[in-house]
Amino acid sequence: MKHRTGITLKKRSQAGEIWRRLRQNKASMVGLVIIIIVILMAVFADVIAPYDYSQQNLSERFQGPSLKHLFGTDNFGRDIFSRILFGARISLKVGLISVFVSVAIGGTLGAVAAFYGGKTDNIIMRILDVILAIPGMLLAIAIAATLGAGLSNMMIAIGIGSIPGYARVVRASVLTVKEQDYIEVARSIGASDARIILRHIILNAMAPILVQATLGVAGAILSCASLSFLGLGIEPPTPEWGSMLSSTRQYISQYWWLTAFPGGMIMLTVYALNVLGDGLRDALDPRLKD
Amino acid sequence: MLSSALAEKEFYVLKYILHRLLAMIPVLLGILLIVFTLMFFSPGNPARQLLGANASEEAVWQLEEQLGLHDGFFVRFFNYLKDIIFHFDFGKSYSTGHPVMEEVLSRFPYTLKLAAWSAGIAIVLGLITGIISAVRQYSTFDNVATIVSLIGVSMPNFWQGLINIIIFSVALKWLPSSGSYGPEYWILPAVTLGTSCAASVMRTTRSSMLEVIRQDYIRMARSKGQSEFIVIMKHAFKNALIPIITVIGNMFGSLLGGSVLVESVFAIPGLGKYMIDAISERDYPVVLGSVLFLAVCFSLVNLLIDIIYCFIDPRVIEQYKKEGLKKKNVAKEAVANEA
Repeated sequence: MKHRTGITLKKRSQAGEIWRRLRQNKASMVGLVIIIIVILMAVFADVIAPYDYSQQNLSERFQGPSLKHLFGTDNFGRDIFSRILFGARISLKVGLISVFVSVAIGGTLGAVAAFYGGKTDNIIMRILDVILAIPGMLLAIAIAATLGAGLSNMMIAIGIGSIPGYARVVRASVLTVKEQDYIEVARSIGASDARIILRHIILNAMAPILVQATLGVAGAILSCASLSFLGLGIEPPTPEWGSMLSSTRQYISQYWWLTAFPGGMIMLTVYALNVLGDGLRDALDPRLKD
Repeated sequence: MLSSALAEKEFYVLKYILHRLLAMIPVLLGILLIVFTLMFFSPGNPARQLLGANASEEAVWQLEEQLGLHDGFFVRFFNYLKDIIFHFDFGKSYSTGHPVMEEVLSRFPYTLKLAAWSAGIAIVLGLITGIISAVRQYSTFDNVATIVSLIGVSMPNFWQGLINIIIFSVALKWLPSSGSYGPEYWILPAVTLGTSCAASVMRTTRSSMLEVIRQDYIRMARSKGQSEFIVIMKHAFKNALIPIITVIGNMFGSLLGGSVLVESVFAIPGLGKYMIDAISERDYPVVLGSVLFLAVCFSLVNLLIDIIYCFIDPRVIEQYKKEGLKKKNVAKEAVANEA
C-alpha cells in the first residue's frame, strides 16, 4: 500500500505474521524439519526401503547396524530400517486420522454447546465429563480390547478419549467469540446458525485447535505405540514401532539395536510434534509466552 | 465473633465437600454405563465361556436365561447396577469363575504401591526442578531441565522401562529386571513411571511459578527484606499451587494408565498386568471390571484434589459461598482455565 507521504506500509497477512514468529523459534523449526522428514519417509517408504518389510532372512538374524542393514536386522532377519520406514506410515496414519476425527466430533460438540448454551451446553459437557473421568490410556485399552485388534479399531479407541479435550477448547473460544459485535451483525443480516458457527466462530477457534491438534497427534502416536506394544494394535507382520518393540522384547539384553531404533523413532517424532505444538502456541498468542 | 466466623467457614467447607460428593454420582453412573455398553457389545457368549466348549446348547441356553442374557439392554444395565450397588458384585471371571472384584482387590495393592512410589518421585522431582527453573529462568539449569522434561514427555514409558532394564540390570547388573520380591524390585518400575510423569509436573510448576513471580506482592515481599527462600516458598510457591495441584490430579490418570504398560514390562503382578493377561484370554468381565475399578479410583483422587483446593485457596470457598456450584460459574471457571 502506497501512503500519500511516500512511505510504503508493509501489510502482512495474519498467517504470514504467525509464520514469522514461528520461524524465530529454533526448537520448533527443528521439530518441523523432523516432522517433514518423517512424512517423507512414510510417503516414499517403498522407494527408500532397501528391503521388503516382511522379507525374512533367517541366515541374517540379529545383524548389527552396518551399511548393508542401516539399523540392523531383527529375530527373523528382517531389515529394521525398512520396517521403521513402513512403521512411519502406520503411526502417521493413526495420529492424523484419529485426531482429525476427534477434532471434528469434539469441535462440533463444543461449538454447539457454547453456541446454544443453557441445557444443551449442560447435557453435552456433562456427558463429555464422564469420558474425561476415565484415564485416557485405560479407556483406549478397554475399547480396543472390546473391538479387537486392527488399525481402524485402534483409531477409534484412541480418538474417543480425546473428544472432550477438543470440545472444551472449542467451547471456550466460541464463548469468547460469541459476544463479539460482528456475530451480532451477522445475525442481524439474517445469517443462519450453521453459517455463523461454520464461517465465523469455527474460523476464530482455529488457532487453539491447531495447537491442541498438533500435541494431539503426538499423544495419538504414543498411544498407538503403547496399544501395539500391549498387542492391542496392529497385527504382525505389519510393522508398527510399538509392536516391533514388543515382538523383540526377549532379545533386548543381547541386541541393543532392536530396542534403540524403533523406540528412538517414536521419541523423535513425538518430541518434534511437541516442540512444534509449543512453538505454535507461542506464535499464535505471543501474550502467553514467558 | 471469631469462633462464629470459623464455624461458618467450616460449614461451607463441609457443604462444598458434600456438594462435590453428590456431583460425583452422575459421573460414576456414566462410567458404569460406558463400561456396561462395552461389555454388552463385547464378542463371545458369557454362558458359553463359563460352561466350556463341551456344554450342550440346552445348558448354555439355561444359563443364559439364568444370567438374564435374554433381557434387553436397559433391563440388563439396571440388573448390573443393582448387583454392583447392593451386592458389590462385578461379575465373574470367564477363565477362573471367581468373582472379578475378589481378583481385582488381590492385585490392586501392587498397582497402588507402584502408583504411590511413582507419584512421590514425580512430585518431588517435578516440583524441585520446576521451582529452580522458574527462579533461574533462562539459566543453563533451566534450559537443560526444559529440554529434558520435553524429552521425558515424548518418551513412551514402556520404552524407557526397556532402556532402564538394558542399562541398570543387563549392563550394570545393579537392579533386578522383573518381578516383585523385595524393595529393590520396585526401584526401576517406580523410577520409570515416576520420571515420565515428573516432566508434566515440572512444566506446570515452572510456568505457574513464572507467572506468580512477576506479581507485585513478590516485589513487595522482597523489598520488605524477606529472605529469598521465604519469598519463593511462602509467597510465590503457595500462590502457584492451584494449577500444579490440578496437574498432579490429572497425573494420577496417566499413572494408572501407565502402570498397565510398566507392570507388563517389569512383570509386576498388579492390576495392569492382570488386565493385559485377561485381554489375551478374552476375559471381558475382568478387563472391564479392572477399568471400572481404576476409573473409580481416579474419580476419588479428583474428588480429593477438589477438597484440597479449598484448603489451599480460601477463594474457592468464598466463591462457593457466594454462588454455589452453579453451572454458570463452572463454565466461567473453564473459560478462565483455558484462556
